[in-house]
Amino acid sequence: MPKTAKAAEPTRLSVRKTYKLYIGGAFPRSESGRTYVVNGDNVALASRKDARDAVLAARAAQPKWAGATAYNRGQVLYRVAEMVEGRRAEFTTLGVPAAEVDATIDRLVWYAGWSDKIAQVAGGANPVAGPFFNISAPEPTGVVAIVAPPSLLGLVSVVAPAVVTGNTVVVLAADPQVAVTLAEVLATSDVPGGVVNILTGRYAETAPWLASHADVNGLDLTGVEHAELAAELERAAAGTLKRVLRPGLGGTDFTADPGLRPMTAFLETKTVWHPKGH
Amino acid sequence: MFEYAPAPESRSVVEIASSYGLFIDGSFEQAVDGNVFKTVNPASEEVLAEVAAAGQEDVDRAVAAARRAFASWSAMPGSERAKYLFRIARIIQERSRELAVLESLDNGKPIKESRDVDLPLVAAHFFYYAGWADKLAYAGFGPDPRPLGVAGQVIPWNFPLLMLAWKIAPALATGNTVVLKPAETTPLSALFFADVCRQAELPPGVVNIVTGAGDTGAYLVQHPDVNKVAFTGSTEVGREIARAVAGTGKRLTLELGGKAANIVFDDAPIDQAVEGIVNGIFFNQGHVCCAGSRLLVQESIAEELLTSLKRRMATLRVGDPLDKNTDVGAINSAAQLARITELSEIGATEGAERWSPACQLPDRGFWFAPTIFTGVTQAHRIAREEIFGPVLSVLTFRTPAEAIEKANNTPYGLSAGIWTEKGSRILSVADKLRAGVVWANTFNKFDPTSPFGGYKESGYGREGGRHGLEAYLA
Repeated sequence: MPKTAKAAEPTRLSVRKTYKLYIGGAFPRSESGRTYVVNGDNVALASRKDARDAVLAARAAQPKWAGATAYNRGQVLYRVAEMVEGRRAEFTTLGVPAAEVDATIDRLVWYAGWSDKIAQVAGGANPVAGPFFNISAPEPTGVVAIVAPPSLLGLVSVVAPAVVTGNTVVVLAADPQVAVTLAEVLATSDVPGGVVNILTGRYAETAPWLASHADVNGLDLTGVEHAELAAELERAAAGTLKRVLRPGLGGTDFTADPGLRPMTAFLETKTVWHPKGH
Repeated sequence: MFEYAPAPESRSVVEIASSYGLFIDGSFEQAVDGNVFKTVNPASEEVLAEVAAAGQEDVDRAVAAARRAFASWSAMPGSERAKYLFRIARIIQERSRELAVLESLDNGKPIKESRDVDLPLVAAHFFYYAGWADKLAYAGFGPDPRPLGVAGQVIPWNFPLLMLAWKIAPALATGNTVVLKPAETTPLSALFFADVCRQAELPPGVVNIVTGAGDTGAYLVQHPDVNKVAFTGSTEVGREIARAVAGTGKRLTLELGGKAANIVFDDAPIDQAVEGIVNGIFFNQGHVCCAGSRLLVQESIAEELLTSLKRRMATLRVGDPLDKNTDVGAINSAAQLARITELSEIGATEGAERWSPACQLPDRGFWFAPTIFTGVTQAHRIAREEIFGPVLSVLTFRTPAEAIEKANNTPYGLSAGIWTEKGSRILSVADKLRAGVVWANTFNKFDPTSPFGGYKESGYGREGGRHGLEAYLA
């Protein structure tokens, strides 16, 4: 907002934000020292090493996050929604339409509520033909690498379903300024460090490392625009039989009801048997 | 010890033709290029039949037949599709003795198992999924779930007809049509199933059976007009299929290898645990992807448990699969026997101690005595690689945390076992095991209502239960 200042008064110089990565709950620069310019700002350009560091952080955080109660994970996600509400102005300044911020908050609240319901919807007792107690329950796959779509709603629509069930994620963000702002939301939302790790830069450079990383269990390709690169990443993921979520043809409509698939894509089903007897 | 008189099941209940064609579009046909292969009885090395080897053109014809049949099969009311599947289930029940004997002849598994485990589960699986065909909107996959199209399915040799049932029953119930390739060493029960389909008057092209080796399977999973690929087999081949399918948009489920830990805590009921260990590793000659091939026993009871286990192993009867008293049958093929033999030799070379009970193996056929290795460490190949035979690696642990750590220290994650009388320990250990099926105070139990499938490199997707429908629905 330009102000008419009197010549005698010095104008106040604004303090700019440094756009850095979000790994293990901290905001480091790229270890490579590289940056690139986005809308006039220097943004960290993540390297292979950053991607590997992010996987380490995600792996370290995963057992505790999965072991937290579903109620607790739901509360944390709800808190994220509250914090997005508080940063509404910042997101709109970055060009996110107000309606999309609304939809993002609502999407977070929707997923927050799923935390302690998905196990009942996706699992349950199995009536086996014998004297056995038999029950199936979903469990998180582990560490999921996500190539995120550019919009804020898209970003939240891929991150929330993966983490609400107890996975931890490494996100390759498409719109770095929106993503880093979301990282700041997460950092102030009781999301434990390492649960969500966000890398800015060029996903075509970093995604292959994550797709072939042996300690990554799942791969979400929603944000990959080029079919050839998606196929290449899928092939790389086959090396350790990662669970791969492939976008449907024609892209994803993030305003539509997401259904269960974004959650179930990164859930395993565990079935436990025990005899019944005296 | 009692002496057992031979108690052979009659072979006359099954009539095996000298040759079989491919089952395409409702009729048996020769392969276009006339190629055939032989299938042998692994217990005698006798040739059972000559079977057509499907080439690329044959696979094309089968997929085309399935595609043609898809339009009407998928449009048919679910209640009508259900009745076909109920018919198939009933026919299998009626012909179960014949199919059990056939399975034992072609596979080498004891008649006791094919009769009491495989065939009842096959019929039950069709019965279970038949009931889903007109209830799919209630299955939790949206209000209007749609079939995918043509399913290309490749199955292994360890439970030939049961694996066929796991593949075909959910595919058909959901309105898909199938092209299925049985394993090269066990093609016969799938071809008899083709006859079951004819008896049930299943519309031509809904089920097509193409026999052959790995290249036939590769043609099938790579076929551009296949919408869904389902594979059960080795992790190595599973990886190749995942690579081949990448970028095509085909749906894929994989049920692959395993190296299950069977964990025995110091408060376990020893006799029951020993039965569970024996069932876990010697059931079906250990040709079981979810076999309890790593015994993790708490150090304080290791000696007592191993003494009991060895005593029990000495009573296992190895031999003629058609003898109703046989516990352990023939190894399925010369190639598999060579692999088991090689890995066992490596086990001994690497320093583990090998033990087998005294047992007389038949002169002809492929046989391997039940074997355990003690003094195994996590670095040994027999503790890491899937042997897929009657070979058990025994490791010890001191604390529950160590047991969990060792159990999960594998790229596989198909199944696991827990033996303890302490309920809270069962639940907490079951929570921490990274495996798709956890058997507590039991092992190797299967049911059509119970989802089955792996974590990690044991594959993805579930077969059985409501979960099993997902792989075949859009």
